[in-house]
Amino acid sequence: MKSPVIAWRNIWRNKRRTLITAASVFFGVIFAAVMSSMQEGSYSKMIDNVVKFYSGYLQVQQEDYWENKTINNTFVLSDSLSGAIARIPGVTATAPRLESFALASSDELTKGAVVIGIDPEAEHRVTNLERWIIRGRYLHPGDSGILMGDELASYLHVDVGDTLVLLGMGYHGVSAAGKYPVAGIFRYPMPQFNRQFIYLDLKQAQELYWAPHRITSLVVMVRDHYQMPAARQALDTLIHPPLRVMSWDEMQPELVQLIASDRLGGKIFKAILYVIIAFGILGTVIMMFAERRRELAVMIAIGTQKRLLAWILFLEIVFIALLGVITGLAGSVAVNTWFYHHPIRVAGEAAKAFTDMGIEPVYAFSLMPSVFYNQVITVFILVMLVSLYPMIKTACLKVPQALRG
Amino acid sequence: MKIIEIRDLVKIYDSEEIRVTAVDHIDLSFEEGEFTAVVGPSGSGKTTFLNLVGGLDRPTSGRVIIHGIDLWSLRPHEITDFRLHNIGFVFQAYNLLPVLTALENVEFIMHLQGWPKAERQRRAVELLEAVGLADRLHSRPSRLSGGQQQRVAVARALASRPRFILADEPTANLDSHSTENLLNIMERLNREEGITFIFSTHDARVVKKARRIITLEDGKVIADEKR
Repeated sequence: MKSPVIAWRNIWRNKRRTLITAASVFFGVIFAAVMSSMQEGSYSKMIDNVVKFYSGYLQVQQEDYWENKTINNTFVLSDSLSGAIARIPGVTATAPRLESFALASSDELTKGAVVIGIDPEAEHRVTNLERWIIRGRYLHPGDSGILMGDELASYLHVDVGDTLVLLGMGYHGVSAAGKYPVAGIFRYPMPQFNRQFIYLDLKQAQELYWAPHRITSLVVMVRDHYQMPAARQALDTLIHPPLRVMSWDEMQPELVQLIASDRLGGKIFKAILYVIIAFGILGTVIMMFAERRRELAVMIAIGTQKRLLAWILFLEIVFIALLGVITGLAGSVAVNTWFYHHPIRVAGEAAKAFTDMGIEPVYAFSLMPSVFYNQVITVFILVMLVSLYPMIKTACLKVPQALRG
Repeated sequence: MKIIEIRDLVKIYDSEEIRVTAVDHIDLSFEEGEFTAVVGPSGSGKTTFLNLVGGLDRPTSGRVIIHGIDLWSLRPHEITDFRLHNIGFVFQAYNLLPVLTALENVEFIMHLQGWPKAERQRRAVELLEAVGLADRLHSRPSRLSGGQQQRVAVARALASRPRFILADEPTANLDSHSTENLLNIMERLNREEGITFIFSTHDARVVKKARRIITLEDGKVIADEKR
């Protein structure tokens, strides 16, 4: 009679208790996994918003640009460097940009705007910009038109076909001014982009700012953030002062901090949840042991080593935990998969709160493996801890007293 | 041939409130093939004596020597192992494992000894047949009467081929028919297979069948009668 068989039969001696204990693990796992999935999904969404709509995973910049974002801190990207970066394994696209500030004026109104010169084809590969055009058309190389956010267009009372004047300061202090027809209006899920951003062809921007061939950044995309460290390492070997490489997390420290503090809050919540579950399992184990003291003493009396008994008791706890973990995982995979494909759209005031924070108003879910295996690891750490109780009690069991009952 | 020698065995329970000498300087020996009853009133030290002989309880002083091995010189896990291979136990409350069938209960001890599966199954069936339970091999203890459970317990005690069997009031919970049946089985096993039995008992029917009667009172041997 093998120990696992005895352990398995033992847990069904009190079906109700086993099922209740397993159910507590089940609900704990499902709750923690769904919560983790929602957290990680939201973080991914936030990072996606930042990375895929704007910054990219990595940027090559002039070394002073990030601290002092002026048109003077630009650089000329050589074809050889551009080609070498594009050939780095994991790099899926690159896009040069010349970014500066300008006043955008229509007939009646003026507003400050972020003006970004782009290579339309390269930019589309990086940020999928064309997808967000809601009126008009996307830019083509050498295009003389501009794209602008819908809220900015609405503020300035302009639309497709109207003319916008851009006025700013160019390279080394020259004045920059130009008139541009509105080719298209875009609407990003992130409203601050819609309020501020104007895109125009890179060459047009370089002419506007009197900065021929110069760019403020080369955006580098990789397949996903797992590829980033390797790509970053490869880039670091290619890029030397006066240029430098910045990753999305260096460019967005507030977001990194926000995610870290939110993740910590989630961890504390899950820790409380798991402590409650652990005490539930411990309660069951204490009852299991108390009920079977005499039986365990008999087993020792007839020649069963205490370590074998401890092993059987450990297996019993593992089996109960496994019942909860397996069903909990199955449930959480189902729930998370559903919400991964059908994210919860936030509406009304809540949506406004999201968009005000620059976050797409969606509760996204993640299917990353750690969302699931972290719960298994946690439950098994708890099982290990809880199983110390019967192990210690078995080791200390006084057979004559236990036999007397 | 002597299989058990007990020398100046003492067991004192010394709690804060009270000091009780449960076994008081006992010197005894047991020969192979004995059918011995240890009798005495409640609290006379019968169970404590059996626990000390069976390696379940540590004596305050004295020695228990089984086949030349001083039991209490062994380490705890060695004593457990010694019990497994040398001593069979039958308890008053049967104490079968409730999740195992009669056959599995008997097999379990042979499993601990590392017997091959086929061999231990064959022997378990033989033993259960010998105690008249051939038709209840696959019944769990909850499906067996008290007498049947105690017969399974005897079969279990025999399964490991022990040098002797210690039975602590084995008939205390049985009706007269079951008691008679059990005693006949144990007597037959003793007579035909030379298995040594040492009982503690209050039961006159058991005492009647015993060939040696040791009487304890206040932890002391006050009579040791052979028939």
